[in-house]
Amino acid sequence: MIETRKLVKRFGFKVVLRGVDFKAQPGEFVALLGPNGAGKTTFLRILASLARPTLGEVIVANHHLPAEASKVRAKLGVVSHLPLLYPDLTAEENLLFYARMYGMHQPQARLAEALKMIGLEKRRRDLVGAFSRGMQQRLAIGRAILHNPEVLLFDEPYTGLDQDASEMLDQTLHSIAATGRTVVMTSHDLARAENLATRFDVLSRGVIVASASRQDLEKSDLLKFYKQALAS
Amino acid sequence: MEETIPPATPSFSQAVFAIVRKDLSAEFRSRELLSAMLVFALLVILIFNFALELDIKVRESVTAGVLWVTFAFAGTLGLNRSMAVEKDRGCLDGLLLAPVDRSALYLGKALSNLIFMLIVEAVTLPVYSLLYNVNLFQPALLLVILLGSIGYIAVGTLLAAMAIQTRTRDVMLPILLFPIVLPVLLAAVKASAGLLNGADFTEVSAPFNLLVVYDLVFIAVSLMLFEYVVEE
Repeated sequence: MIETRKLVKRFGFKVVLRGVDFKAQPGEFVALLGPNGAGKTTFLRILASLARPTLGEVIVANHHLPAEASKVRAKLGVVSHLPLLYPDLTAEENLLFYARMYGMHQPQARLAEALKMIGLEKRRRDLVGAFSRGMQQRLAIGRAILHNPEVLLFDEPYTGLDQDASEMLDQTLHSIAATGRTVVMTSHDLARAENLATRFDVLSRGVIVASASRQDLEKSDLLKFYKQALAS
Repeated sequence: MEETIPPATPSFSQAVFAIVRKDLSAEFRSRELLSAMLVFALLVILIFNFALELDIKVRESVTAGVLWVTFAFAGTLGLNRSMAVEKDRGCLDGLLLAPVDRSALYLGKALSNLIFMLIVEAVTLPVYSLLYNVNLFQPALLLVILLGSIGYIAVGTLLAAMAIQTRTRDVMLPILLFPIVLPVLLAAVKASAGLLNGADFTEVSAPFNLLVVYDLVFIAVSLMLFEYVVEE
């Protein structure tokens, strides 16, 4: 579960988030849409405990931020447009390193499970530096789900991926969505968001200006809904 | 939903050694950092050797200065590179997302940096001894080099984490580091010069004690400040 109440974030005199009220229930897949500079990445970084809120309340996986950041981190997986992986280590070594950083005991079984889910079992002993962008992004997802987190945050995961890699990522995200975790994904790609999400929130100039569930929208209406939200 | 695994957190030492192990594995595979530091250190002592065509007595008097200039500049290269690896591919965020105390991240990175610096020193010292015909393998001198390196790396790791956030990170680190680390370098040069000139250990106890105090202070302050340096 994720909840923010009147969340404000300032960088010096610049106000990036202006009182964001947001809630995502367990099992929900929320697509956070919005133009560049709307505050999507800042919002996700606060949920990930990588940035501190200036004002307001933030609860992730039933723990308050920033006071219980360590407890939140243990239940959280994050994928951004950067892979967060070491190119001079193999896929297996990268995952083992993160398994150790999450205090996982005997991580081999979980590691094999994660590699199978992302379809990289046969490349486990290859250096990540030799991986394509799409493979790195799939491994980044493997890293994020390794410790079986309750909450997953995806920040523009499709950035820089070609068509094939995007389709593979679609499949991986679909299988993650089916596991019942709380997922928040920022994206500019309405078509992909429409395929994956159960709810759509539009963030503009630091506030959520519109929210709709999949049931509220006819499939073809997302673009119209998005444009109306930005115009309002 | 998948079978729930209770969230685990690693112990402080597990996290520290996971980082050291990861850094050593990556470096012994790529050899980018060590080779740059080694080539630089050897070039510096070679240049000094040709630039200062000195008699044996003068050589002994400049040895401490030349050695510490070499270690300090080679160390800066290593510190910059060590943090750049974390920052460039978002791996620093990966570390910050782990449910561990920030001071464990600092200590892990500092230990890795210290190991790299000691390796460079272990290669540089015999080469210097051969070129300058000076015996550097005195237990007390080696202890001074170890203490000086600890102080240098303690403050250097903290400032490298700070400098890496800026656009001019390569220039910023030496500008931030050298004024702050000056007391360590001065004490190390004074103690080393005394020992090389045949002084008894008790005669260099003042700079030696200063080194110990600076090391303790810099380590304690860095452990406390690292969290504020790496968080937004």
